[in-house]
Amino acid sequence: MARHVVAPVDELPPGSRKSIEIDGRPIMVFNVKGEFFGLLNRCPHQGAALCEGPLIGLASSSDPGEIEYTKLGEILRCPWHGWEFDIRTGQSYCDPRRFRVRAYPVNVEAGTNLVKGPYVAETIKVAVESNYVVVDL
Amino acid sequence: MNVQLRERPQAASSTGTKTAIADCDIHPARATQDELYPFLAKRWHAHLETFGVHAYQGMMGGPPYPKAQPNASRRDAYPPEGGPQGSSLSFMQKQHLDPNNVALGVLNPLNTGQGIRNQDLAGAICSAINDWQIEKWTSKDSRLKGSVVVANEDGVSAAAEIRKRAGDKNFVQVLLLSRNVEPLGQRRYWPIYQAAEETGLPIGVHAFGFGGNPITASGWPSYYIEEMVGHSQCQQTALASLVLEGVFERFPKLKMVMVEAGFGWAPSLAWRLDKVFERLHAEVPHLKRKPSDYIRDHIWWTTQPMEDPESRDHLFQTIEWIGWDKLLFATDYPHWDYDEPSRVLPAGVSDANKQAFYLDNAKKLYGIA
Repeated sequence: MARHVVAPVDELPPGSRKSIEIDGRPIMVFNVKGEFFGLLNRCPHQGAALCEGPLIGLASSSDPGEIEYTKLGEILRCPWHGWEFDIRTGQSYCDPRRFRVRAYPVNVEAGTNLVKGPYVAETIKVAVESNYVVVDL
Repeated sequence: MNVQLRERPQAASSTGTKTAIADCDIHPARATQDELYPFLAKRWHAHLETFGVHAYQGMMGGPPYPKAQPNASRRDAYPPEGGPQGSSLSFMQKQHLDPNNVALGVLNPLNTGQGIRNQDLAGAICSAINDWQIEKWTSKDSRLKGSVVVANEDGVSAAAEIRKRAGDKNFVQVLLLSRNVEPLGQRRYWPIYQAAEETGLPIGVHAFGFGGNPITASGWPSYYIEEMVGHSQCQQTALASLVLEGVFERFPKLKMVMVEAGFGWAPSLAWRLDKVFERLHAEVPHLKRKPSDYIRDHIWWTTQPMEDPESRDHLFQTIEWIGWDKLLFATDYPHWDYDEPSRVLPAGVSDANKQAFYLDNAKKLYGIA
């Protein structure tokens, strides 16, 4: 598993997202209220770029007429056919048995950790005193 | 080095098919409402600004149901220069026509003069839309071909518009919608079929529209999802009417395309029609053949929304009844229920059938070399 620096934390404030390509794979990284999530940027249904979709909540219902709106800001909706995915796990709410989006762990690391040891970020000008968003792939 | 960062262009999200395809249902939009003004007489500018448009049904400020995505379109299809999805030729080329290798794209403009009560205004707007298709789309990209939009409730003016456009290579079909004031086989629409047959233009019947009637046979439903599945019911009524009123007996060279209505229901409708026809043919003695014969001979089908049964064998059996030579591939770009060309067909289709499905049937029907 290699670690890939995505951006300095300051460039991905809460509510923002960034799509990148790592080793030929399209990946998107989201900052949801300070938590970072990474998903493959391709809908398993027909291949749309998921990062173009909105983050919504999950409408669920225990009985007809009883509607709960949960997981606000944690459900990613495909820009084409509206398939819904849990941004934490990549699970599909349309067909969870057959379809899931690959989820990648995203962490925030101190620049001092990154430049020590084997993880050197070369394509971003690393100011070692900052924190960085890092994807494990 | 263990870090690689490359920004990925978002527009070409699809990997696309490499072979050339025809897309028989593309929806161009107007960037602004007054984009039509250069093609409308001054008299209609004043009319629109003073009186507006009076449609056959209410809720004119928007569609009768909220759509799944804004403008019922893909969320990634907003042009970078602004305006609604489908309003920019350059972005359509970059996002759809080029990456998907679309060799022939048939334009089906919606929200035109169809469904407007003032028939003079309806005719003026439809004719303006046809000029606009040439000016903004077909003259700028030879892959794109227009559909002649007509004031559908006024058969005489519609037929005149068809004859006016006949022979113009910018157009490949006449466009009607499935929801009209009456079922499509009724006599008021016959001048349209006569003109289409004379000029050799197929008629595309696109699902949806505004006829003033509830959108299902049992009234106005609660949810958009009911509209989505209910429109095939309307299309079935339209098709049954066309067959039973004897339209295909009267206009034997007429070709029709059922656009965006699915096709999985076609065999069962034909079977039911044939069965009842055996008992009740005395009521419709003008029919010389079984209803299914007219359907198989006169009807083509665009694929989007492509049926997606659990078993691919069921899909193949349905298509075999219809005929691999009668299906026209369509994406419905830029709308949200878009079908991705490389993903719609399951494995197991022969190369010859794929070639017919993706390109050749459309070129043949629309007379594109």
